[in-house]
Amino acid sequence: MNATPIIQLREVVKVFGTQRILDRVNLKIFPGRTTVIVGGSGQGKSVTLKLILGLIKPDSGAILVHGRDITTMGRKELNSVRSNFGVLFQGAALLDSLSVFDNIALPLRERTELSGVEIRQKVMSTLVQLGLTGHEDKFPAQLSGGMKKRVGLARALQLRPEIMLFDEPTTGLDPEKTMEIYRLFYETQGKFGYTSIIVSHDIPKVFNLADQIVVLNRGKLVTFENPEEIQMSDIPEIQSFVKTTMGQPYRSSELE
Amino acid sequence: MFLQRIEKIGESAIYHLHDLGRMGIFLLRTLLGGVKKPFHFRTMVRQIREIGANSFGVIFFTAAFTGMVLGLQGYYTLRKFGSEGMLGSAVALSLLREMGPVLTALMVTGRAGSAMCAELGIMRNSEQIDALECMAIDPLGYLVMPKIMATLISLPLLTMVFNVVGIFGGYLAGVKMLGVNPGAYFTGMELSVVDKDITMGLIKSLVFGLLIVWICTGRGYFVHQIRGAGYGAEAVSRVTTQAVVIASISILLWDYILTAILL
Repeated sequence: MNATPIIQLREVVKVFGTQRILDRVNLKIFPGRTTVIVGGSGQGKSVTLKLILGLIKPDSGAILVHGRDITTMGRKELNSVRSNFGVLFQGAALLDSLSVFDNIALPLRERTELSGVEIRQKVMSTLVQLGLTGHEDKFPAQLSGGMKKRVGLARALQLRPEIMLFDEPTTGLDPEKTMEIYRLFYETQGKFGYTSIIVSHDIPKVFNLADQIVVLNRGKLVTFENPEEIQMSDIPEIQSFVKTTMGQPYRSSELE
Repeated sequence: MFLQRIEKIGESAIYHLHDLGRMGIFLLRTLLGGVKKPFHFRTMVRQIREIGANSFGVIFFTAAFTGMVLGLQGYYTLRKFGSEGMLGSAVALSLLREMGPVLTALMVTGRAGSAMCAELGIMRNSEQIDALECMAIDPLGYLVMPKIMATLISLPLLTMVFNVVGIFGGYLAGVKMLGVNPGAYFTGMELSVVDKDITMGLIKSLVFGLLIVWICTGRGYFVHQIRGAGYGAEAVSRVTTQAVVIASISILLWDYILTAILL
């Protein structure tokens, strides 16, 4: 891994009230790879995502995207950096007054100069790719949880993002749907070649996708190359985390 | 004890100052961003239907009864001085200068302002606004600006409708029911109403329109940062109530200020 990181967190501190959510955290994310961020509830997983997106600012430290610090950027510059990002929110965050078609078309309508016909073509081809044909006139309230995630993914992919962020993408889905969503992630990543960051507590399933696993614990962040490494860790908190979330010792060779 | 109280006052003063600044920046950024492309013409037209056209019924009803009551009360008062003939001008002047813009604005606040606030509040709570920001779509330009434009177009028109309906309401009560001379009703009106009365009403309705959208969308937009509002659905309901109250009070306050300036 000699490539330059696409995203880098340097000594990032984030405090909420009296709680130090992130305490001088360092993280490197490399292009084309999948980073999975895990950790118990309230350990700052979503906060980390929001920091990377520039939705909240750290109390100190730097967040570099393509080597440029987004914490000191103005709104305009930040917007141009954000155009590299695609985000799938926990609840998909679809605009619930717009139809599926309009939701997916939204980034194209707002951010590009494409004509109505071109937009229609693009949206329709994405609908086919993600298995959503026939649902374009429905409204988000009429969709199941899994479908909403698909629409959210379709919308996020419209502007061909370099980096995709997934905030607990399988929360509220049954195990079968969960595997289906992961398969979809795997396929679309193969197709579009984006760098992906997945925040999840869906352990150990999510490790299937991971090139790098990041464990957040009490404001600290530890990076691992694969699931075995986590189990070998001699940090007591991580040991107990492994015990409660992964149960029996577990090998990635069993996954396939 | 005493020091604590002072601390509380200071804290609350700082919070309100901060809040006012936040709302000011919100309005400025929306208006400055509004000149940039893309201009959401279709969304604006939809909002005009929502805020303007759909308020027509309420405005019509309110105006008719306000006009009729003005006719009755005006007749009762004017008869004491034997000047029932002045009824037309009394009704028209009170409607054009005062009642029309103020009551229209209050009704629109209740009908459309509350809806705007709740809509934005829910969008904020369900991360829809964050999602827009992540897609690098300016939520102010996309969500707030069309509402501002739509209200600034709708409210003066609704005010005019209010005035016309109100004047006929007054006619119905004064002339048809109480027997005031119809010629006197309209001639008196023509003689006493000047252009300035109409412009004053229009200026008022434009200012009120901006106040309504600013306060209602701003409260909804910042629903997660308003102190003491709570969270989730409760926060949206509290903040919507708050927005309607603040908007209504601001309308009455600014009505006085504008009347004093424009008199």
